[in-house]
Amino acid sequence: MGFERFGSKSFTSQAKVAEFVDYLDKGELAYTKCRTCSQAYFPPRADCANCLGNDMEWIAFKGNGKIVTFTHTMYAPTGFEADAPYTIVVVELDGLKVLGRMNKEVPVDTLSVGMSVKVEIVKLPDGQVTYEFLPA
Amino acid sequence: MPKDVAVVGVGQSAFVRGYPGSIRELAFEAFREAMQDAAITVKDVGASIVCSAPEYDKQRTPSGLIAEYLGLIPQPTFIVENVCSSSTSGIRVAYSLIKSGLHDVVVVLGFQKMSEITSQDSQERMGRGADIMFESPFGTLMPAYYAMHARGHFSKYGSTEEDLALIRVKAAGYGVLNEKAVYRKAVTLEQAMEAGPVCSPLKVFDCCANADGASCVILASADKAKEISKEPVYILGMGAASAPMNVTGRSTFSGLDCAKLAGQEAYEMAGVGPQDIDVAEVHDCFTIAEMMAYEALGFAEPGKGPELIRNRETYKEGKIPVNVDGGLLSKGHPIGATGGSQVRTIVLQLRDKAGAIQVPGAEIGLVHNIGGVGIYGNVIIFGR
Repeated sequence: MGFERFGSKSFTSQAKVAEFVDYLDKGELAYTKCRTCSQAYFPPRADCANCLGNDMEWIAFKGNGKIVTFTHTMYAPTGFEADAPYTIVVVELDGLKVLGRMNKEVPVDTLSVGMSVKVEIVKLPDGQVTYEFLPA
Repeated sequence: MPKDVAVVGVGQSAFVRGYPGSIRELAFEAFREAMQDAAITVKDVGASIVCSAPEYDKQRTPSGLIAEYLGLIPQPTFIVENVCSSSTSGIRVAYSLIKSGLHDVVVVLGFQKMSEITSQDSQERMGRGADIMFESPFGTLMPAYYAMHARGHFSKYGSTEEDLALIRVKAAGYGVLNEKAVYRKAVTLEQAMEAGPVCSPLKVFDCCANADGASCVILASADKAKEISKEPVYILGMGAASAPMNVTGRSTFSGLDCAKLAGQEAYEMAGVGPQDIDVAEVHDCFTIAEMMAYEALGFAEPGKGPELIRNRETYKEGKIPVNVDGGLLSKGHPIGATGGSQVRTIVLQLRDKAGAIQVPGAEIGLVHNIGGVGIYGNVIIFGR
């Protein structure tokens, strides 16, 4: 249990990587890295596909990232209708790629591929926790 | 160039909005046409493979129900599912069943009644076609993923919204000629450019039409095909590959790696190259998907796809005609039926029976069918 607190709407409750949510609570976005073979993973994984190990350490992302690609969607799946329109973005951060949303106040026409962004942890009023990106 | 397995029959229902019948009746429309085309009886069929994306079905385990309605009991039947690439995955399995000697004749029946569930249920499922732990909580959806690839392609190669609009103009022109297409109106460049936004930079006309439909492909061993068919079309090569579902695991946003790998494998098996393909059906669920297919399949160098469409090289009269049946954009995209419909078009082309869209003298054809946003890729090369 615990993973159901990730995102404004979560689809998963039980996960070995639920510690991800604990890091968000602490104000950090974190990934996992295999202690045996040093392979880093985002999304975080409990198991290493590279060496089959499961001795993972959690590491918080540091610094700014760069936009890899983005889209501004006018439509939303069920459960997210009230959010639309919103901007989904893929960001390269510490050598890994992370998918999330841009902060709603950031106009999409100010975004470009390669632009520098920072991550911010968002605590929602209902106790859910997530992250979003802002121009750095 | 192997010629071990052939297509001996193809069929397709009309692709329509709100099919006024049940899924078994929809499936039968494609089956009847394919069986009449193959001129065989159900006793000749060794097994059936039913292909549909179960999230759109109310019926659980539809293979048994469909096989019963088609009269294909007591032969073995099972479902093969790879979302939008289900029926070409079914053909891959059929190929192996035939080549292994287990069966002589296999029916691959793809169907999807997209209107079987409510629009709201459909929207709910759309959000879960991604990594439900790390993507779906952000409200991701299918057009958003392809839109991010469009942005990736624009940014890397300087392609434009107008290049994508030109692909829609082509598809719509051919959709007018296809009696089985759901969208049969022409679209001008201005209309495509001025259409409302969906997920930037994709607009309404960059997205395929929704439709209910069924397709059927009947495959046989070469020996059986020679015995029963006057015009068998052989599978010369097949390739299949996968890529990470979570897009953060992808190497690029300017193309689909699974399509490129599947294409290379298919060319190698067939012993042909992109320059040998006379006509192709590619998975254009969005205009950008066709653009990326040009480059993944080697019809254009990476980044040169826009030149193909600007110079009308993918029109019927061009160097490499692509989706001259209207593609998914105009035909519609009933998930489980789509790959089989693409195969039908290529088979008719290679038999010189494609009517108004016939590419003169077509001898080698290619089908590119993608599941999810580049999760599953199938490429099949056919020849006479």
